[in-house]
Amino acid sequence: MNTATVTTPLARYVVRLADDNLILGQRLAEYISEAPELEEDLAIGNLSLDHIGVAMHLYEYAATLGDSSTTADKLSFLRTEREFTNVLLVEQPHAGFGDVIARQFFFSAYQTLLWEALASSADTILAGISAKALKESTYHLRHAASWVVRLGDGTDESHDRMQAAIDSLWRFTGELFESDDLCAEMVISGAGTDPAALQVPWDTKVAAVLREATLTRPTDPYQATGGRTGMHTEHLGYMLAEMQWMQRTYPDMEW
Amino acid sequence: MQTTAGEVAFHELIDADEKIEPRDWMPDGYRKTLIRQIAQHAHSEVIGMQPEANWITRAPTLQRKMTLIAKVQDEAGHGLYLYSAAETLGISRDEMQQLLHEGKQKYSSIFNYPTLSWADMGTIGWLVDGAAIVNQIALQRTSYGPYARAMVKICKEESFHARQGYSILLALSRGTDEQRAMLQDSINRWWWPALMMFGPHDSDSANTPQSIEWKIKRVTNDELRQLYIDQTVPQAHYLGCTVPDPDLDFDVETGHWSIGAINWDEFWDTVKGNGRLNRERITHKVKAWDDGAWVRDAATAYAHKQQTKLEKTA
Ligand SMILES: [Fe+2]
Ligand SMILES: [Fe+2]
Ligand SMILES: [Fe+2]
Repeated sequence: MNTATVTTPLARYVVRLADDNLILGQRLAEYISEAPELEEDLAIGNLSLDHIGVAMHLYEYAATLGDSSTTADKLSFLRTEREFTNVLLVEQPHAGFGDVIARQFFFSAYQTLLWEALASSADTILAGISAKALKESTYHLRHAASWVVRLGDGTDESHDRMQAAIDSLWRFTGELFESDDLCAEMVISGAGTDPAALQVPWDTKVAAVLREATLTRPTDPYQATGGRTGMHTEHLGYMLAEMQWMQRTYPDMEW
Repeated sequence: MQTTAGEVAFHELIDADEKIEPRDWMPDGYRKTLIRQIAQHAHSEVIGMQPEANWITRAPTLQRKMTLIAKVQDEAGHGLYLYSAAETLGISRDEMQQLLHEGKQKYSSIFNYPTLSWADMGTIGWLVDGAAIVNQIALQRTSYGPYARAMVKICKEESFHARQGYSILLALSRGTDEQRAMLQDSINRWWWPALMMFGPHDSDSANTPQSIEWKIKRVTNDELRQLYIDQTVPQAHYLGCTVPDPDLDFDVETGHWSIGAINWDEFWDTVKGNGRLNRERITHKVKAWDDGAWVRDAATAYAHKQQTKLEKTA
C-alpha cells in the first residue's frame, strides 16, 4: 500500500488545502535572494514560511485521520503530480516580481475569505488552524495589495508590467471557486465551506484594489481547471522533481 | 602637527575602553577601516544567502526546509542591521551595494564555495556560522559603539544557526553509510575554507596592528583561528568524522590542536576574484538588483505621487 496517501473525505479535503499552501510556499522559496531589495527578501521568506507552516499543520492533521499511516513529509515528498490537488494558480512559475505579487494577491484575496469561513468549521482542529492562518493571510493580502497599488500606480513601466502579470494569471483565478463532490460533502458535514460562495466577495475585493492601482480588471472568459483532480500544468512536475529529489534519491532515511 | 580636542577625546575613549559613537570625532583612517570592515561584513551576510538558498527548494523535510528559510531570512536581517551600522559612518546602503557590485568592496570568501549536497547546509551552519561567532564574540568588544551593539544582537542568532547546522550533521552521522559519506565529504570540502575565514596569518596581515591599536580588532587572526580549531576538532570527532589534515596533532602540553599548512594561494586567488563561484555570486546579486530596478522606481514614483496629493489637499 502506498503510505503517502489518505482516504477519508475529511483527510482528502485537508490535504487539498495543504497542497495549495505547500506549492505556493515552495514557489516563493525559489524567489528568496532574488527580490528587488533586502526588505522584500525578508517579506518573501515570511510568506513562504507561513504557507509551508500551515501546510505542515494541515498534513499532520490529515495524517491522524482514518487508518492512515502517513506523515506530513510523506505527503509532501512521496506523492506524484497526479496525486497533488492544489489549484493551478499556485504552481505557476514567476518571471519576476510582478508575477510573484499578482499570484500572491489573487491567492491571498481568496485565502482570507476561505480561512474566515473555515475558522468556524465544525471540525475544531481545522477551525483552529484556519483562525491562525487567517491572521497570516490577512497580512499577506495587505502586503501583496499594497504592491499591486504601488506598481500599478507607480511608473508607466511598472503599470504595464503589473497589468501584464494580472492579465497572464487571471485565467487561473476561476478555479479557486470551483465546487465538487468533496466540497459538497464537507459542507454537509459542516467541516468545510463552499468555495463558490467566496467568488463574489473575492471579485469585489480584487476589483477595488485594481481600481486603486489604476489597473484594468481582465475580462478574459477562458478559465483553466484541473488542479483539484490532479490535472496540472506542466510546471508542477519540475517543481516536484526538485522538491522531492532528496527523499526520492535517498529513500527511508532520517534527516 | 596640532592635536585637536577631538583627537585627544578619541584617544582617551579608546584608552579607557569606552565606545566611540557616530557623533564623536574619529581619525579618517578609523572611519575608513570601519566602513570597509562593516560593509564587508554586511555584504557577507547578504551574499551568504545564496549558497544556502541553493538548498531551500531541495531540503529533505518540511521542518528542515522551514528552518533553512528562517536562517536565510536571519542573514538578510543581519545584512540590514549591519548596513545601518555602517551608515552611521556616513555612507549609504546604495553606495556600499554599488561598491560590492563593482568589486570594490569584498565579502567573505567562504561564500564563493559551492554547496553541493544537503550536508553542506549542516556544515555551513556548524563551521561557517561557527567561525563567524568566534570572530563576532571578539567584535562585541570592538571600539565602535554601533558595530559592537550589532554584534551582540547578531551573535545570538548565529549561535542558533550553528546549533541547527550541527543538528543536521548529527542526523547524518546517525544515518546510513550514504549519509555518513555525504557528511564526511562535506567536512572535507569546507574545513580549510572555514579556517581561512580568519584571514591571513598575523605576520602577513597588513591591517592588524593599527586595528588592534584602535581596538577595532581585539584579538588577532591567528589567536581566533586557534580558538576555533580547538573547539571544532572535537566536534568533528564527535560526529565520527575526521578533518582533512594529515598533520593535525594534539599537543598535550599546550592543550591546543596544531594544523598543517594552509593553502594561502587558494585563499588569495579567491580574494582576488578567482574562487570557485566569485563571478556567479556577484552576477546573481547584480541581476536581482537590476531586475528589481523597475520595482524600486515604481515605489519611489508612487510615494512621490502620494506626497503631491497630500500637499494639494493640505
Ligand atoms: Fe548572519
Ligand atoms: Fe555573520
Ligand atoms: Fe548565520
